[in-house]
Amino acid sequence: MKIFVPQDMAAVAVGANRVAAAIEAEARARNIPVTIVRNGSRGMFFMEPLVEVATASGRIGYRNIGVADVPGLFEARFFDGAPHARCVGHVEEIAYLAKQTRFTFGRAGIIDPLSLEDYRHHGGYKGLEAALSAGPAAIVAAVKESGLRGRGGAGFPTGIKWETVARAQADRKYIVCNADEGDSGTFADRLIMEADPFMLIEGMTIAGVAVGATKGYVYIRSEYPLAIRMMRRAIEIAERAGYLGSGINGSAHDFDLEVRVGAGAYVCGEETSLLESLEGKRGQVRPKPPLPAIEGLFGRPTIINNTISLASVPFILAEGAKRYAEVGYGRSRGTMPVQLAGNVKQGGLFECAFGVTLGELVDEIGGGTASGRPVKAVQAGGPLGAYFPPSMFDTPYDYEAFAKRDGLIGHGGLVVFDDTADMAQMARFAMEFCALESCGKCTPCRIGSTRGVETFDRIRAGIEPEKNLALVRDLCETMKFGSLCALGGFTPYPVLSAINHFPEEFRAPKLPAAAE
Amino acid sequence: MDQTPAQWNDEAARAVIRDHVGEEGPLLPILHALQESFGHVPRAAEPLIAEALNITRAEVHGVISFYHDFRREPAGRHVLKLCRAEACQSMGSEANARRLLDALGLDWGGTTPDGRITVEAVYCLGLCATAPGALFDDEPVGRADAATLEALVAEAA
Repeated sequence: MKIFVPQDMAAVAVGANRVAAAIEAEARARNIPVTIVRNGSRGMFFMEPLVEVATASGRIGYRNIGVADVPGLFEARFFDGAPHARCVGHVEEIAYLAKQTRFTFGRAGIIDPLSLEDYRHHGGYKGLEAALSAGPAAIVAAVKESGLRGRGGAGFPTGIKWETVARAQADRKYIVCNADEGDSGTFADRLIMEADPFMLIEGMTIAGVAVGATKGYVYIRSEYPLAIRMMRRAIEIAERAGYLGSGINGSAHDFDLEVRVGAGAYVCGEETSLLESLEGKRGQVRPKPPLPAIEGLFGRPTIINNTISLASVPFILAEGAKRYAEVGYGRSRGTMPVQLAGNVKQGGLFECAFGVTLGELVDEIGGGTASGRPVKAVQAGGPLGAYFPPSMFDTPYDYEAFAKRDGLIGHGGLVVFDDTADMAQMARFAMEFCALESCGKCTPCRIGSTRGVETFDRIRAGIEPEKNLALVRDLCETMKFGSLCALGGFTPYPVLSAINHFPEEFRAPKLPAAAE
Repeated sequence: MDQTPAQWNDEAARAVIRDHVGEEGPLLPILHALQESFGHVPRAAEPLIAEALNITRAEVHGVISFYHDFRREPAGRHVLKLCRAEACQSMGSEANARRLLDALGLDWGGTTPDGRITVEAVYCLGLCATAPGALFDDEPVGRADAATLEALVAEAA
């Protein structure tokens, strides 16, 4: 019998490895033959460790299993899918999963991430086959038609980027995957690499075929040790099977892929800074133009896309651009893996069509706060995203709708805060984080963020709060319009949203923030 | 971590550097490899790398100092990285961290005098749905409340 215990980093962080070892030991002691598959996570992190058992009627799950629960599971004959206090029934029927539209995360948690056979059995490499028979121009056309926009946060149409690189003439072109997922509250890239790494390889390979690039890099942040190991092993397996290297999948196209590891710099998630880092330099932002599509890595035309964007491509090629584009809202087509995080009862990944409201995501899907207290604010889109109060929960999840309300969806993260959150402290933290991570290239970001922290300290100490708040607004204006990239340019989003939606928190003097 | 980093020596370092010189953009892979072998990237590494890559020592220094990951001195026998980003803050990470640092008599980045443990800040480990998150040596830790951290530190030998 087959038992699934996720090896996803978040599942491991709450004891999945110990549970897997305990199940193995218990099975041996009871002389029960079991095969333990270390799958990726389904993304329902609030249920982890979620142990699943394959039965004739489908997979049955047991949630939040600890080592101490293992003997009881065996007593209850969980390996036959029998009832147990922690049993959640058929995993695919759990409302959290059943409500999703899993175009990109369809295999996550189901397959053994390093089994090419599993991958192919669940539709893997259909996209590449379709791409190879359609040819480069048709691939670019399909990506354009799908309406896919950059899932890293900028929301730029992916197909246009590809077209630019396809048209560029050069001796060498590159495909770079931005897996420097530094936004707090996000883990979709990590889940892709740990649960379904071949999908990313396939997406990058399709990109290579589309624009005539022969080399790809996956730039993964060092904070993701498991994703690094998984991608490296998946690449080796794909190479051995002829899916990477020369003449991929029996075609005339060559494509090599390599993992590169970041070194703890948040700003390297910015595309030009990432390219600098790949070249072995300080991760400083490059002014644009030239666009990376024209002069990117080592001066060559380069597709640099977010992990989710590249991982969305196999589905688009396999199932058709129309299938992807037919769901969505306004100009936001397809699906977004929304990541519910922070003080939320049911934290995890929820892939759905654009258009769902922020309130549905936080209250209905997320189930409100983990603490059980009222929701005070949700930070949407990472450390550079705005804080939304519950009064704005009718905002549809859509690039334009969020922009209209002075926010952004970014990389899809939603961090929930309960009513104990100190919004003045969060505003100060946004400036502090910007100061810590600024690459130093442009003045508004480098100096502005430090001045911002100092000004907030004066406000919190009750020193001329009105005058200093006006100063912060002025500073935000300078950072927003004068910074080279989103780090300095978007730090005003969390700062101003906190001030605008929670003005009372900036008036009363507070004790200074803990000395650092 | 069971593998104790090797003592710095120029010859071994040169061999590590040589392994990567042929790569495209070899500097970051070299720095990671050196840190993996020796637990840190000391100043003594700079001229060796500069010579191998035919760049200036200042350029090498600039890169090393730019990235948070590269240590200039060896860390303690164990490294505990505590996430300080927003999702973890929403679950009380700052108070937990402060309590732990105070108990150990450390500030961020500090190492206990007996060399047992170094506590560092990290900004997001992607464990945001099981916050607060931490990384103890290479082991991820989720739902890392004050008691969990205390137990981790107590076990670290």
